[in-house]
Amino acid sequence: MPETAVTRIRHGSSIGQPLTRRDGLLKVTGAATYAADNHPEGLLHAVMAVSAIARGRVTHLDVAAAEAHPGVVAVMRPENAPKLAQHPDKKDNPFAFRLDLLQDANVRYANQPIAVVIAETVEAATEGARLLAPRYEAEAARTALDTDTPFVPPAVGAGEEPSASTGDVEAGLTAAARRIEVAYETPSQYHNAMEPHAIVAAWDGDRLTLDTPSQALAMAQGRIAGLFDIDPKNILIRSPFLGGGFGSKAGAAGPQVLGIMAAKLAGRPVKLVTRREQMFGPVGHRAQTRQTLRMGTDGEGRLTALEHRTLTASSTYDDFFEPSGGVSHTLYASPNISATHEAVRLDIGTPMFMRAPGEASGSAALESAVDEMAEACGMDPLAFRLKNYAEIEPISGKPFSSKALRECYAQGAERFGWGSRNPAPRSMRDEAGLLVGWGMGTATFPALMMQAEARAILRADGRGAMLIGAHDMGQGAWTALAQIAADSLGLDLDAVTFEMGSSDLPNAGIAGGSAHTATAGSAIHEAGRAVIAQLADLATNDEASPLFGAGNAGVIARDGSLLRRDDESRGERFSEILGRAGRAEIVATAKSASDPAARDHYAMHAHGAVFAEVKVDPELGQILVSRLVGAFAAGRIVNPRLVRSQYYGGMIWGVSFALHEHAVTDARSGRIMNASLAEYHVPVNADVPSIEAILVEEDDPHVNALGIKGVGEIGITGTAGAIANAIFHATGIRVREFPITLDRLLG
Amino acid sequence: MNRFDYVRAGSIAEAIAAASEPGAAYLAAGTNLLDLMKGGLTHPTRLVDVTRLPGLDRIERLPDGGVRVGALVRNADLAHDADFARAYPSVAEALLSGASAQLRNAATTAGNLLQRTRCPYFYDPASACNKREPGAGCEALGGETRGHAILGWSEHCIATHPSDFCVPLVALDAVVEIEGRAGRREVPLEAFHRLPGDTPERESVLEPGELVTAVRLPGEAAGFAAHSRYAKVRERTSYAFALVSVAAALRLDGGRIGEARIALGGVALKPWRAREAETALVGAAPDAAAFRRAADAALAGARPSGDNAFKIELARRLIVRALTLATAGTPERMPALPASVFAPASGDPLHA
Amino acid sequence: MTIPLSLTINGTRREIALDDPRVTLLDLLRERLHLTGSKKGCDRGQCGACTVLVDGRRINACLQLAASLDGAEVLTIEGLAEGDALHPVQAAFVEHDGFQCGFCTPGQIMSAVGLIREAQAGDDPERIREAMSGNLCRCGAYLGITEAVRDAQSRMNQGNAA
Repeated sequence: MPETAVTRIRHGSSIGQPLTRRDGLLKVTGAATYAADNHPEGLLHAVMAVSAIARGRVTHLDVAAAEAHPGVVAVMRPENAPKLAQHPDKKDNPFAFRLDLLQDANVRYANQPIAVVIAETVEAATEGARLLAPRYEAEAARTALDTDTPFVPPAVGAGEEPSASTGDVEAGLTAAARRIEVAYETPSQYHNAMEPHAIVAAWDGDRLTLDTPSQALAMAQGRIAGLFDIDPKNILIRSPFLGGGFGSKAGAAGPQVLGIMAAKLAGRPVKLVTRREQMFGPVGHRAQTRQTLRMGTDGEGRLTALEHRTLTASSTYDDFFEPSGGVSHTLYASPNISATHEAVRLDIGTPMFMRAPGEASGSAALESAVDEMAEACGMDPLAFRLKNYAEIEPISGKPFSSKALRECYAQGAERFGWGSRNPAPRSMRDEAGLLVGWGMGTATFPALMMQAEARAILRADGRGAMLIGAHDMGQGAWTALAQIAADSLGLDLDAVTFEMGSSDLPNAGIAGGSAHTATAGSAIHEAGRAVIAQLADLATNDEASPLFGAGNAGVIARDGSLLRRDDESRGERFSEILGRAGRAEIVATAKSASDPAARDHYAMHAHGAVFAEVKVDPELGQILVSRLVGAFAAGRIVNPRLVRSQYYGGMIWGVSFALHEHAVTDARSGRIMNASLAEYHVPVNADVPSIEAILVEEDDPHVNALGIKGVGEIGITGTAGAIANAIFHATGIRVREFPITLDRLLG
Repeated sequence: MNRFDYVRAGSIAEAIAAASEPGAAYLAAGTNLLDLMKGGLTHPTRLVDVTRLPGLDRIERLPDGGVRVGALVRNADLAHDADFARAYPSVAEALLSGASAQLRNAATTAGNLLQRTRCPYFYDPASACNKREPGAGCEALGGETRGHAILGWSEHCIATHPSDFCVPLVALDAVVEIEGRAGRREVPLEAFHRLPGDTPERESVLEPGELVTAVRLPGEAAGFAAHSRYAKVRERTSYAFALVSVAAALRLDGGRIGEARIALGGVALKPWRAREAETALVGAAPDAAAFRRAADAALAGARPSGDNAFKIELARRLIVRALTLATAGTPERMPALPASVFAPASGDPLHA
Repeated sequence: MTIPLSLTINGTRREIALDDPRVTLLDLLRERLHLTGSKKGCDRGQCGACTVLVDGRRINACLQLAASLDGAEVLTIEGLAEGDALHPVQAAFVEHDGFQCGFCTPGQIMSAVGLIREAQAGDDPERIREAMSGNLCRCGAYLGITEAVRDAQSRMNQGNAA
């Protein structure tokens, strides 16, 4: 293959440049179109009515009252909902969640959709939904971990084994000089992307046009095709911008499909936007957990055993199990490790992937427990972690494809000033008398690769195009993938037309698992290279070309020209080559996937170290995370400006996990009592006065051809634990229930 | 929200006439009313828009040195009125610690007084609530009650009043001016809100059709300006309701407390004036022991209404804190984080 | 009942016959006038995504009945740039990466414009953070937002001084 600029960063390359967002202009002028911003001709508005009970059935809806409301066109309910070709409880992969689509009167969780009111205006639809005044036959709700008997789920997360171990934990604990056993609880958390799930659906015969946010266009298209028995090709999903996803917009969620059904029932285009309080149930959440950790160390602070038992909850009707124990597979060295999961079934909406699923909750508990173990050993938390540094992945025994965690620790500690930490809890104060605490945590997230396809085009005028159905939920795909595309074609960024965010483009798989840049980027890279290879064939076999005879590997593509590797003064423009060959364009399609051989040999993870400073009012307990420093190593950085933003965002999610997020459920009704952004707290600007992210260099030759690991989720891991540890250091009080609230610190 | 008639009132008399019909409600900024209507919690059949009423948007100096704040004065305008903030700094601080800049730009003086509780069971139309439906019962009892009342609650209602603004107002003897069909009347703010008793649906002394036209602060209350603070404990650094808040104002006479004013927010269904605590402080040296005695006096009658016993101790400590801050002196400039425990203790006192 | 309404939106006077008094300013803008830059994130005044300026002041458009605004001047994100020239706050948001998904961005920017007009925060980052706390950003772009506000404000002040 000819060389394209990506394999070696140098002048003229797009990769590595801190470009501002290419979609920035649209976003700052209000011109970026999100799903609910669309208004096709004849549009109707649909609003869901949702259940106020968590278990039982709907016995009555006042359909007449709703229908009598001026402007109401129809009330969609089980009796008249369009028939589906496939039961929405059909499940053929872990990403296909069972949906509540008005198939019957049963209620399986609070806030389950039970009807949809369709009207000429959003005002009429909203009031129509209220007028339904449902009556129920309610059964006792089960919403707490202790209200059911635990079982071992067949798989956790996206199909991982529920247990993994090495050595003999009991023996390791018996042999230990020091032991701890601690249990941590993490609450139900809701994604709450700023953009509620929304859809504008328009049928034209058996063709369907949808404006709806999607982190997985092809998957959503396939699911919808199955539900309505239409050819996936007849479904166009436009999702140029997602107003955040965080895992909740992967497939088609129930409310989105209800919008499609409503359009079918009404025979007109329909817009359905989930109300904020309706985001607490039918569109997923992070499951609550209780994690029990046992650890032992020898006299020098080396872990002799690490056991991580997770109890979590799924719904009564579907399977997703928060894989909290995964972090213990990889993070610390110990001859004896065991990570296991158990679960109960509750009357709740099905939990699902939420930013760093498993790693976020698992890391919060593990990093807190590691801090407790270090404390028990009388060791500095950083020294303890270095003492137990995993040189190889402990359970699998594989070497890491790359692991610059030591550099992360060192650079983060240096920047933070960790060296001047007084180890004694409650020993530090600021000038105002507030308690000051310093804590740290290790960040980790697997470097995944999924599957994607891209199509590259080089045109006679020398301009390129790259087409891929990729997704931008805020991570910056419009920019980062375009940078990769430009380099793959040896073109300046402005000479490449980059298209994404629509289901009629090549399938880019899923924007999830922090793998989208690596996966979609690899497909783009390969597609561009394939075009350049064809171009090089044309040139090097053409006697009229200065590149004649150079051989395919003897040329490089840069700035719209092919150059001889052995003499860069000899070359010619892409347009000249195509022109002489009489070609209008060169097109190539390529796919990316993980390399099973490399994955057999290596453990692949991004790593980081997070250092947190908290201030705690000594009498009143109120907590502020006054400073965060994160140092992360995640392979090649495509765009440092955007990557830094991903780290900031992840760390703020860590603040949120540690101090804020918590769905409060009434145990009697099973209803969530704080289903609003006023009472379900996420951090505001004033909560995060100082955050720094250090990009630690790391070269990974194994993860993929581009050397890219993910950056979207790692920031939350490590951070929640670091904050919890800082609170302990500030106060001497160890709170083992997240979020950590001020009442626990009153002493 | 339900359909309603929209009436734009041109005069106070017209407004009162229009609002005296059953089902009518006044609309000013609507920051609370629309929220409640969207939640299906209140269903007025007529909204009487009073935002155009002349003369209600003024801040007037009174002959006694006090100030009269028109019912339509926006919270932000009042807080940023330099003369007002100098005379009543704790009121400005409380205003700026509440809600968000956007809401403060819209919300009015009278609307703030009349805002309804944030009790999650009140806010959940599927829960029984005596406020929404007299006699329905109180589902908050035995539920999620971390934020509920510790003072003045009853078996019929354990909700709290969410206002920050009202807390220093009640401490400073604010008076509410009201007009209705029967003419004008005045009610001390302390008597304006009602405790739940067995009629929690009656939240204030307003009769149907009555309109709050102004809130008055006496000139005498400006005498506390040098030692007047508002302190608010919340679970987010900003944009959060108080778990507990305290307004504290002191008049110091030669190293002794000449007069003290203390009120609490987030603890009862009304802004809670702590008169016993005030009495306990008169003549005492402003020190921790005296503050603690005052705090104990203020919370003597407190009892948890659920999982909220911590609020009693929190309120005690916050009283001590607020009194300590008030003793140190009102800061020259509004803290960057008004009423926050994380407000940097920088800058010289306003009146050294 | 039709309510006649005269509004100046982004400098253009509009005569509107409102057929439903329930229509909020936000729904008027988005669903009836198709000015969809202002976003609905919560519809209850809890997120700030709908922030617009009414008579020069930032408010939550979701909690404002349109009927009550007769005669008002409304400025939305669509009316902020002058032709192709971005408002300094818009430009600073791009430069400082003050957003990720972009959904809260119109509200953040209008809030920032309102904040600069209020002139209460100065260049103090802590005051800016507090004053911008009515605008939630779930992506966590707060650092860039704060820097963008400071930068834009300083540029605007220099412009005024010149």
